[in-house]
Amino acid sequence: MSLEMPEPDAGVLARREEIILALRAIVPGEGVIDDPSALLVYESDGLTAYRQPPMVAVLPETTAQVAAILRWCHLNGVKLVPRGSGTSLSGGALPLADGVLLGLGKFKRVLDIDPANRVAVLQPGVTNLAVTQAIEHLGFYYAPDPSSQIACSIGGNVAENSGGVHCLKYGLTTNNVLGVEFVTIEGEIMRIGGRGLDAAGLDLLGVIVGSEGLLGVVTEVTVRILPKPEAARALLLGFATVEGAGRCVAEVIAAGIIPAGMEMMDRLAIHAAEAFVHAGYPLDVEALLIVELDGPEAECSELIGEVEAIATGNGAVYARISQSEQERLNFWAGRKAAFPAVGRLAPDFYCMDGTIPRRRLPDVLTRMKMLSAQYGLGVANVFHAGDGNLHPLILYDVNKPGDLDKAEEFGADILRFCVEMGGVLTGEHGVGVEKRELMPVMFTEADIAQQWHVKCAFDSKSLLNPGKMFPLLHRCAELGRVHVHGGQMAFPELPRF
Amino acid sequence: MLRPATEAELSEIVGEAAATGGRLAIRGGGSKIEIGAPEENVRALEMRGFDGVVDYDPPELVLTVRAGTRLAEVQALVAGQNQMLAFEPFDHGPIFGRPAGDATIGGVVAANVSGSQRISSGALRDHLLGVRAVSGRGELFVSGAKVVKNVTGYDLPKLLAGSWGRLAALTEVTLKVLPAPRMAVTCVLRGLAPEAAVQAMAAAMGSQAEVAAAAHRPMPEPMTLFRLQGFNASVTARMQALERRLAPFGQLQRAAEAEALWEELRSLAPLPVDVPLWRVSVPPAAGGGLGRTLQALGAEWLLDWAGGLAWISMADGAAVRQAAAAAGGHAMLLRGPAALRAVVPAFHPQASALAALEGRVRKAFDPAGVFETGRF
Repeated sequence: MSLEMPEPDAGVLARREEIILALRAIVPGEGVIDDPSALLVYESDGLTAYRQPPMVAVLPETTAQVAAILRWCHLNGVKLVPRGSGTSLSGGALPLADGVLLGLGKFKRVLDIDPANRVAVLQPGVTNLAVTQAIEHLGFYYAPDPSSQIACSIGGNVAENSGGVHCLKYGLTTNNVLGVEFVTIEGEIMRIGGRGLDAAGLDLLGVIVGSEGLLGVVTEVTVRILPKPEAARALLLGFATVEGAGRCVAEVIAAGIIPAGMEMMDRLAIHAAEAFVHAGYPLDVEALLIVELDGPEAECSELIGEVEAIATGNGAVYARISQSEQERLNFWAGRKAAFPAVGRLAPDFYCMDGTIPRRRLPDVLTRMKMLSAQYGLGVANVFHAGDGNLHPLILYDVNKPGDLDKAEEFGADILRFCVEMGGVLTGEHGVGVEKRELMPVMFTEADIAQQWHVKCAFDSKSLLNPGKMFPLLHRCAELGRVHVHGGQMAFPELPRF
Repeated sequence: MLRPATEAELSEIVGEAAATGGRLAIRGGGSKIEIGAPEENVRALEMRGFDGVVDYDPPELVLTVRAGTRLAEVQALVAGQNQMLAFEPFDHGPIFGRPAGDATIGGVVAANVSGSQRISSGALRDHLLGVRAVSGRGELFVSGAKVVKNVTGYDLPKLLAGSWGRLAALTEVTLKVLPAPRMAVTCVLRGLAPEAAVQAMAAAMGSQAEVAAAAHRPMPEPMTLFRLQGFNASVTARMQALERRLAPFGQLQRAAEAEALWEELRSLAPLPVDVPLWRVSVPPAAGGGLGRTLQALGAEWLLDWAGGLAWISMADGAAVRQAAAAAGGHAMLLRGPAALRAVVPAFHPQASALAALEGRVRKAFDPAGVFETGRF
């Protein structure tokens, strides 16, 4: 594993004992972890190919402690990596050998539920699913639902601007956050936004969300909550061609329908999922669509019929409408298990996360087939079809010499082609360490420089999460990946994508 | 007047201003020119040369248009495809006694102009996917992209939305568009006191009726408006559900002349033109109390965004800002005589640490202060 991170600072490493003492003065007791075996817990996040234990980990319990830690690190030139639940798929929480790991896991309280303003105020360590669980008795839910929602934290969602299967209709994290309490690297505590719908001055909240832990540390989050829809129903649609499925998606949207979710799987993914969870998927189709509609019962009934008619008009050879909540969940079970299901097809696989204009889907799939033949590696595709976010899963065997390099080259070629087609490197997993060196494929030097100027406005010494998001000064050929060996990955029990 | 026609010309103009200490005031259609302090010693940088649609493929839900294109043209274009800008932008011209039609999409983005649907569909900043712009360094940069889902790099478009021309000159913007509703109806409750009106709006927004917009005008006779839109059967079902939900507040009635009512809110026609006008953003539940407090001090007012946006007509700006801050919000001076605008800052003053951070972010785009014209 040859990922290049910024060279550890020997001067900082030599001061390790002094740094630990300083942190202990801020966070007493067991909140500072320096035992090498205990630090292994933090050596990786959801991107398990890369491992690096931190110099020391600190688990503060109050905003004042967070501020004191940041202030001390700033004054003493020590780097920090913030971490929520550690489920990042792009290495956003990968520690540094000469850095402090700042874990927000003890910030677990739901601070306020305010139905009159339709907001909830949370500490950043609250898990995504726990937000909905805290408000569902009032008839509300929190809309963004990344597949790892039972484990991922709301603070991590803010850092990564997490998505989910419902974001075409309900937006990403950034569209559902109204305010944060934010600590700068200088240790200043500030409130940005709040329970109102906008804040005075520049939209700093907008740039903090999705900043991958490079701008500051969020210690409180105010999110928008929504009334739970009266009903949800899903259609399972099979097509003889991917083009037919793609046309169906475009026509549904052209008809003025924005489904709550619209997911596509290709033949390999369908077969893998069916063999794994027996969801009842048709096996004689090239593409499968799951279309979910939510809202009043009257709306679901009306639109289900419209979507079915559009599907039939585009050559659907299979159509089934969920007749019960159990059946709707069953439609989703195969899709949500697609990742581990594909994991059974090969010893290893590697997941990409590009977005493309949907009209380019046939081009991208054709190119992928070509590349698949060229590299001699299989690829399965699951696709957030409504918003064009593609998750190709490349199959390889790490024990076969050369396979890993081929998989990595294949993945990079796919992302380059996504950008060439007018798309982007990452739709929801973040840049992290994984796609850092591909940034110049999408951005010019001036584009990246403008982002870097913003980084410097927040963190002039570049102490917060260095080595992430921006290419290292010297180009690094190695491109990181979500590597999964023998089905072993971090949090294997979590649904993915 | 400087009127670049290409990004290269624009870069050159801004770069030269940065090198020579010049100040440039970015101009779109001029519909918001009377907001903020009068500018001195600035050159107008006219952006209308960046005109026209770059790319629009309706099923992709993405529209790319040059920044100087008029808002009215953009709205007509998407309406022709049964789509909409869901943040419901509007032209500020009528608020300043001028006809609508001059506002440009770049100006709308720069001011994050978001109408009544903001409460349900999000603000402009939520629909701005990408930008091309020239920074105060005179450098062209791109941020965001032309797809609806993207987390590659910092979300600089959000910073530019509502930056009021202080960070960069936008040349091209990419917006998310959405299907237009097949039908819309407006229902009204009459006679509610301010607090009750806000409670009714909260009940409506918290129900499954999917209310698209909710507003309240206290004078001459209190009216609380609710807009429902979407698919026909759905709207009918939701209207019945809303009627039941709001029964404790009175009899919900379908409003005639609905569009005229919303238009009055957009142009702020019910408020006097000769009194300073404030745009106050507060947590929605606080809107009613704010209205009542300031009314007791002589203000006239309207509420939008289910109470979260208050338009306040009042001479005593200190009282407005104090009430806004006490309610957890902020007050912007939107309209007033030049002499007042010269001494009262348009934006609500911020806590010092936040103001300092914001200042550093502005310098990150515009180190020489080319776009710092003294207006804000």
